[in-house]
Amino acid sequence: MIALYLTLAIPLISIPIMAMIGHYRLAGKINFAITSAGFIAAVFLLKTFLTHGNLLSPTSQYYLDAFNISLILLTTFIGMTTAWFSVTYMEHSIKLGRLSPGNLRLYYSMYQAFMFSMLLALLANNIGILWVSLEAATLTTVPLVSLYRSPESVEAAWKYFILCIVGIALALFGTVLLYFSAQKITGNPSDAILWTMLYSHANLIDPAIFSIAFIFLLVGYGTKIGLVPLHNWLPDAHSESPAPMSALLSGLLLNMGLYALIRFKIIGNLVLNNHLISYTLMGFGLLSFLFAAVMLHRQRNIKRLYSYSSIEHMGLMTFAFGVGTSLATFAALFYMLVHSLAKSAVFISVGNVIQLTSTQSMEKIRGLLKLKPEVGWGLLLATIAIAGIPPFAIFNSEFMIIMATVHNYLWLALIIVIGIVVALAGLFRHLQLMVYGEPTSTPDTYQAECNMWPVFCHIAIILILGLYTPSFLVTCLTEAAKLIS
Amino acid sequence: MAILSALILFTSFLLLYQKRITNLIITFAWQGVFLALVTLVEAITTQHNELYVSAGLTLILKVLFIPWLMRILINKLAIQNETDTVSYPFVSLLGGIVLVLFCYYLSNILAVAMGVMLLGMLLMITRRKAVSHVVGFMAMENGIFFAAVVATHGMPMIVEFGVAFDVLVAAIIFGLFFFDIRDSIDSLDVDRLNRLREDIE
Repeated sequence: MIALYLTLAIPLISIPIMAMIGHYRLAGKINFAITSAGFIAAVFLLKTFLTHGNLLSPTSQYYLDAFNISLILLTTFIGMTTAWFSVTYMEHSIKLGRLSPGNLRLYYSMYQAFMFSMLLALLANNIGILWVSLEAATLTTVPLVSLYRSPESVEAAWKYFILCIVGIALALFGTVLLYFSAQKITGNPSDAILWTMLYSHANLIDPAIFSIAFIFLLVGYGTKIGLVPLHNWLPDAHSESPAPMSALLSGLLLNMGLYALIRFKIIGNLVLNNHLISYTLMGFGLLSFLFAAVMLHRQRNIKRLYSYSSIEHMGLMTFAFGVGTSLATFAALFYMLVHSLAKSAVFISVGNVIQLTSTQSMEKIRGLLKLKPEVGWGLLLATIAIAGIPPFAIFNSEFMIIMATVHNYLWLALIIVIGIVVALAGLFRHLQLMVYGEPTSTPDTYQAECNMWPVFCHIAIILILGLYTPSFLVTCLTEAAKLIS
Repeated sequence: MAILSALILFTSFLLLYQKRITNLIITFAWQGVFLALVTLVEAITTQHNELYVSAGLTLILKVLFIPWLMRILINKLAIQNETDTVSYPFVSLLGGIVLVLFCYYLSNILAVAMGVMLLGMLLMITRRKAVSHVVGFMAMENGIFFAAVVATHGMPMIVEFGVAFDVLVAAIIFGLFFFDIRDSIDSLDVDRLNRLREDIE
């Protein structure tokens, strides 16, 4: 229980602390130390979970089960490595004059607020608080997307802001509807807001109202996942924000929307006995996956390229949750973890590339392996991992998804295989030009100090997970898959 | 109760039709007044004490603070007398009527609330100025709040406060955005935000 409160308290207390630290070099290091402490708290939380099982706080406001524990660990871990990367990246931004030290205080303070709102979303048992914290996660990242105050970043942040808050407002309406439908069946009316109560009383919920509520929740949280056709904000926001922010948005925030949606799918499985949930998830997922796979070929901006790759992967995950067999669900859960690791590694590498070459246009980035071998290798390996090439773990999850799909929907499995190949080609047609060959640009005059350690750290974990899955992870994911499918 | 609900829906249609930015904000404040009154009536008739707090929160946030903030902002930006272009005013009113009818078809209890929410969304779609988008979003939020009041006697207090906090922060961020947007495109016409688009080879 203490570990649970500690996980939430550490980032919460740090919000005002980080807002006060003016010294930018020190602030980065303190931010890294705080996020490391958060990760250690999460490890203790895992230990508590493994010994005691599911955990419900005395006031029933927080809940820990097999589904959210792995995501909490992931969130705090990536929060830590990205904070590590932020130190050098932000120092360099200040040297280039793109950022004032005052803005940096805003950055680190919002960084902690963002971590807090994500952890609160994961741990909340109250579906209203789940909504509030996801909205807060949007609100805290808006000032970070427009941190550089360039016209492009302001535009991206505005689009992100408007589309996401309107989308998520629809999810609030869905939440109200669900609360309304459950209010008569729980003893105390206000208990109907608790996810555990909804879960245990699911067989009494009115299916007609639940169907309408689920559609609103799907559209609302689907906007946050970046499902096509609600994806419009995603490539803009992810490409215009500072690189560490792109890593967090792509790696963590997208997962949060999916997490919320799947929480409602678990209830829906018990309420509805038609295919509404599974078909809508499969439809939206497949559409996003195929659309993004094709769009990868048309990109010119390196960050937009990888943003579309995020849409593609999130689509495939949503599809796998829609297929809904225990194998598909297990694969999707595993996919959520490894995709986040790989995608944040990619965006950290891209951040280093951009500081090295001072451009985001892929036509101008050439010969990275010669320009700076560790950056070139980092980008190459991270892209190989994200493209789903063995022995990296994304291959395992994609393979499991295909196996699960073959069983029920043979033709869709074929389409997915084609989609994966198209996406792979889309990534590598751009990548091989950037990595190999002769460098055209001269290295940045400021001699950007590159921090590639987080990238190699992530890649090593993905590689290990591809070859061997530790037993605690298997336990968590199998149990979560049992809950969801 | 029925009269107040009708008035809330009526203000939503007025918002859809209103061209002048100042009037838009005044109409929005009136919608907040009716919303607070509905909540108060509901609190008195159903004896839910939490609803008194909700009514007070609505009054402070939606009637006083947000309209006040918007007034200050438009004074600072010197756009008091500007009008927003409403693309297809007649079609958008007709669309609004169809939306409301559709809501009645879906559910009787929540029809007005859903209608207010969808009309807010329609407002955002048909307008071009950033200020109208903010009002549209806040009207959407009014609809959701109204749904919570009529259907469930309000959400639990902690959620109510959380939502109010988020709306407050959103309003402040919107305010900061007005200056950023004006600095980057010299107007608040968000249709001109078009630098970012797909490059086609």
